[in-house]
Amino acid sequence: MSATPTTNYAEIFGALRPEAALVLGALVVLGVDLAFGRRRSEAARLRTSALIGLAAIAVAVCSALGAGHAGAVVDGVIVLDSLGVATRVGVLGLSGLTLLLAPGTSRLRHPAEFVAILLFATTGFTLMAVAQHLLLAFLALELASLSLYVLAGFDKTRPESAEAALKYFLLGAISAAFLLFGFSLLYGLTGSLALPDIARHLATQPTSTLLLVALVMILVTFGFKAAAAPFHLWAPDVYQGAPTAAAALIASASKLAGFVLFVRLLWSGLLSASGDASTLAGAPGWMPVAAGMAGLSMFLGNFVALAQTNVRRLLAYSAIAHAGAMLLGVIAAGAAGPGPVFYYAATYGLATVGAFGVIAVVDQAGGCHQLSDLAGLYRRSPLLAGCLLVFILSLAGIPPLAGFFGKFAVFAAALRIGGVAGPLGWLTLAAIFLSAIGLYYYLLILKQALVIAPAADRGRISTPANAALVLVVTAVLLVVLGLFPSVILGLF
Amino acid sequence: MTALPCTIYISFLGALLALVAGARSAAAARWIALVTAVTAWLVVLASAVGFQAGPGLQTLVDAAWIPELGVRYHLAVDGISLTLVVLTGLAATAGILFSWNITHRAGEFFALFLTLIGGVYGVFLSADIFVFFVFYEIAIVPKYFLIANWGSTNREYGAMKLVLYSFAGSALVLAGVLWAYAANGGQSFALADLAAAAANFTPGQQIGMFALVFTGFAVLAGMFPFHTWAPTGHVAAPTAASMLLAGVVMKLGAYGCLRVAMPLFPVGFVFWQSTIATLAIIGIIYAGLIALVQEDFKFVIGYSSVSHMGFVLLGLAAANHQAVAGAVLQMFSHGVIAGLLFAVVGRMVYERTHTRKFSDLRGLPLHRLLPFAAITFVIGGLASMGMPGFSGFPAELTILIGTWKTSPLWATFAAAGILVAAAFTLRAIQVSFFGTTDQSVPAAPGDHGHAHDYDPITWPERVGAILLIGATVYVGLKPDVLLQWIGPALQSPFFQTVLKGGTP
Repeated sequence: MSATPTTNYAEIFGALRPEAALVLGALVVLGVDLAFGRRRSEAARLRTSALIGLAAIAVAVCSALGAGHAGAVVDGVIVLDSLGVATRVGVLGLSGLTLLLAPGTSRLRHPAEFVAILLFATTGFTLMAVAQHLLLAFLALELASLSLYVLAGFDKTRPESAEAALKYFLLGAISAAFLLFGFSLLYGLTGSLALPDIARHLATQPTSTLLLVALVMILVTFGFKAAAAPFHLWAPDVYQGAPTAAAALIASASKLAGFVLFVRLLWSGLLSASGDASTLAGAPGWMPVAAGMAGLSMFLGNFVALAQTNVRRLLAYSAIAHAGAMLLGVIAAGAAGPGPVFYYAATYGLATVGAFGVIAVVDQAGGCHQLSDLAGLYRRSPLLAGCLLVFILSLAGIPPLAGFFGKFAVFAAALRIGGVAGPLGWLTLAAIFLSAIGLYYYLLILKQALVIAPAADRGRISTPANAALVLVVTAVLLVVLGLFPSVILGLF
Repeated sequence: MTALPCTIYISFLGALLALVAGARSAAAARWIALVTAVTAWLVVLASAVGFQAGPGLQTLVDAAWIPELGVRYHLAVDGISLTLVVLTGLAATAGILFSWNITHRAGEFFALFLTLIGGVYGVFLSADIFVFFVFYEIAIVPKYFLIANWGSTNREYGAMKLVLYSFAGSALVLAGVLWAYAANGGQSFALADLAAAAANFTPGQQIGMFALVFTGFAVLAGMFPFHTWAPTGHVAAPTAASMLLAGVVMKLGAYGCLRVAMPLFPVGFVFWQSTIATLAIIGIIYAGLIALVQEDFKFVIGYSSVSHMGFVLLGLAAANHQAVAGAVLQMFSHGVIAGLLFAVVGRMVYERTHTRKFSDLRGLPLHRLLPFAAITFVIGGLASMGMPGFSGFPAELTILIGTWKTSPLWATFAAAGILVAAAFTLRAIQVSFFGTTDQSVPAAPGDHGHAHDYDPITWPERVGAILLIGATVYVGLKPDVLLQWIGPALQSPFFQTVLKGGTP
């Protein structure tokens, strides 16, 4: 690069204030617990740690908003644009909700460590949101992923948790290797690690086989992060085995950050290798592959979800189906901008955090594994039942909730690319019809919660105040964002 | 006039209040529900009095909603939607009166009921397809819970089937509408804008879009062969929900066909016209014949609804001024009559005898035990058969005359359907209420003589029945009261394209 290699630490710190706040917060959490936590109960330590963590997240949100839209900073390694700022605030919000959910609904052996690692994961997410440089992108992704592996295996009393963590880690490590290999090929092809430079170099050279290999490697990792078929196999086990708060984080903030990272990577870095998915004979590139993954995910996710009896596994397969729809949004982001896919991922994250929140509370009151464990929720806790109704209907895409509008915006954007005539159009129509199938299994959850009478031995559930706050805030957000989607769409 | 959108907000607000009040007392919830429905209906009637019929939609609200996609919150009314809004108010009020005995989770029942009503008002008042679609889907989910929670025979199956059919239909509509929106460059969802843009679509596009949108709506209107959700759903539903499903929700489908599918894609309509008419006629006769052999009282009414909705679709397919006006009149008329019949079967009879089997009812002298129910059902039956003096008569007559102008053959077949309707209605009346006139039929053991002591018909039932009977008689004697709204609305250029294109 031609820029002078003087390092401006003030500029770096200015751009990374949210991350600094999170890391500092994590250290304070550990220090306070070390100093004062000895004699106190685990629940009290979790409360203190969560409170400090929330404060750190609040500071991070303020500084993320305060950083403004400065554009590319620190020699183009970091980009502070509207997408970056919105994603930072989005992942911080989702992580904050997850963290607020934890006290009272999780029994953890090492609460301070859990909170600290959650903050480190969030640091990874916020970096992913603004990374415009392959090295930073990889580091951010790995920081987030390694933290998530630990979080998934945090419940040492249950073998499922260890199994989930191991499976997640092994597959994640392989996918990271693929990503690194893909990045190194890109570097070899273009001689640069910065996305704008890569785009400039790629535009001048014809699509080579080597580039296609690099693309495939990068897309494998993308599929893994997004839990898109055929790289989805970890999702059901992790959703089922991980502690609920960890599963919620993996399903929400991690998804949002991953999608934004890859939108940036694919569109601003690999634009000239996008190929064409609007006709069958289109040029090869990442777009046809992404379209294939989208179609496969939607079919597989929706149909396999029909057969699930475990709530978390059902949510996992529904997540796979949603990942397919979000991939459509990634493809459409070129023409319609990142607005629709960001809106989709953010509101999907909200609904998922809410759904996991309900599961966590029910879990504390006698277990929540099978669908039938939700039976009679309307009588055991009207609050939980009402909130679950909002979350599930939002996932199903029923207006006026945000999930409907996310789907609508993504599908409208995808159809505008090539009409209904090409493969992309067929895929969109298939997605619309598959959402009707999705309603079936979502209604199965709601049927248990709102129609079936509770089993005789199940009493009322008391919801901890912090969890109730999370659930109500999430439900209200889903309604408000659904009624006024311009609040988010207008940002881009 | 401009107060009409309040009906939507009043209904949703009432739903919230009923939910909150229902946690304390069922009586409070049902009074809140009744006051809500009546208030909304009075708003409608007050607006109807001041309504100046004219061609074209008269805007009520028009505000930017989602500028990024060109969506405007645009509500408007014309004579057609006003007719159906009046019907909605009537059906809602009567439905709540006939649910007066609900005590199990009453708050939730009335909240869902009012949410459904609010969605229906919204659909009828929308002038932007996005808004239309949002309200259309809001009306789907409450149906599942109403049926699955408070229904009867096979309720969970019926509820799931009904909702999946509805949702699959709405997916078709969404696909067609998004296709049109995308083909127009993604500028606007306003009905008027899309209709203007559709003129530039190729015939192939129009045929495809029309097929998607029309089929999607026709599923909800109960068009053969997509009608099978209707009988099972209606039978499984609690009385008020059956009244609403047959009375209003099926009209949403027909209204969507008329308001969205036909004017937007006239070329596509002409291509599919004879197919629609054929399916409509098959529906009229086939559903009528099935109704003739049912052993469950409620199934008779369920299939009769499919048969009568066939007339609406036939009127739309004939696509001339008279036939379409008749179709709208039939929507109103069937909404009232189906509500009345379901009320008698589901509330007055079933809740007292706990059977709907003709073989059981035959052994009961119901005309003596429940004279009010018998009289109401006879009146409803006569109206349903299309006897002069009731609303069914002008409606079906207008449809037949209009259809004759397009195709005498269609009209002939449809007229045969009226005979079938008379047959199954008379059979139902005879077997259910006057079964024991044949003394040779032995009474079932334990059913000796007048041992039955049914609760008398309550005041809400009487008020509800009289409201519905009054409406069908009033419109039957003076159909002009609705036709003078409907006629001018059909004169708008919006409808004239398809009405001219539809006449051979």
